[in-house]
Amino acid sequence: MKLKDLAGLLTLNVLQPQGNFDVDVTGGYTSDLLSDVMGNAKERNVWITCQTHENIVAVAKLKNLAAVILVNGRKPDDAALKKAREEKVVIFGTPESEFAISGVLYNHFRK
Amino acid sequence: MSPRKVAAAAKNRSLDLVGVCDHNSAENVGAVAEAAGRLGIRAFPGLEITSREEVHVLALFDEAEAARSLQEQIYAHLSGENDPDVFGLQVVASAEDEVLGFCPKFLAGAASLSLTEVVEAIHDLGGLAVAAHADREGFGLVGQLGLIPEDLPLDALEVSPRLSFEEGRRVFGRCRSLVASSDAHSLEDIGRASTSFWLEEGTVEEIGLAFKGLRERRILD
Repeated sequence: MKLKDLAGLLTLNVLQPQGNFDVDVTGGYTSDLLSDVMGNAKERNVWITCQTHENIVAVAKLKNLAAVILVNGRKPDDAALKKAREEKVVIFGTPESEFAISGVLYNHFRK
Repeated sequence: MSPRKVAAAAKNRSLDLVGVCDHNSAENVGAVAEAAGRLGIRAFPGLEITSREEVHVLALFDEAEAARSLQEQIYAHLSGENDPDVFGLQVVASAEDEVLGFCPKFLAGAASLSLTEVVEAIHDLGGLAVAAHADREGFGLVGQLGLIPEDLPLDALEVSPRLSFEEGRRVFGRCRSLVASSDAHSLEDIGRASTSFWLEEGTVEEIGLAFKGLRERRILD
């Protein structure tokens, strides 16, 4: 599934649109500990989290993640938004919880 | 940021005491202390440690040796190498602002030590353990854990410049020792918040007494 098709599956707002929407998403990873994401997320995963500070961009960049999804209506910090624009890391927002988003993605990707 | 520039900025802002707390590292504490000392400022050696819970804890010492000893413990619990393209260069500098080398450790990472273990390690070396920018969502104690663990023997909570000291008091209550400081990551941020103490002399030991309100040492409003 391409990143641009993700919105058909989930309730998402694009908070930071600079980036590659044609990337093939390999699955998802849900965590609020950056070190855990750095250790365990796979390349081109979407990352589901409630963290909003600028280090999420560094981690997404370092791990070559497809996008970051911020849950529960959270918005990225200004510094995070600026860095994501520069680094072309796509950020989505959703009113849904980590549980709900992970569940939908899990169902899609286990097939 | 370089030792001489940090010292000059501290002088410019009329600070007497500064804490030098690089993330997970004490490589530059000696150089900054030397550069600051020339301007009559005392720079305490310290670290800003990222615990396993990704909570930032400040460690402050009187002796550089203690800070270096803690650094070795942290390094032993820190995995990975820094990627300078993503996280920037980690310069080790001299008191004359010369580049001596680069720290290869992944200093932006989290140590595999719990909050409790970090605070214990600081206390074992005679230092003060302060929850960094406790009011901040990212990497702050409350933001990460959602609460202040009652049995965690922190010496104080740091209020970042996002809040005034009074607002900090309202948020954290009067029963906890609060310290306002700049959390400076750039020269212009140095001194944008500070705390006045009533002390016998400018040492970490005396600040510890002030946190406890002992022997007339205290934090001034």
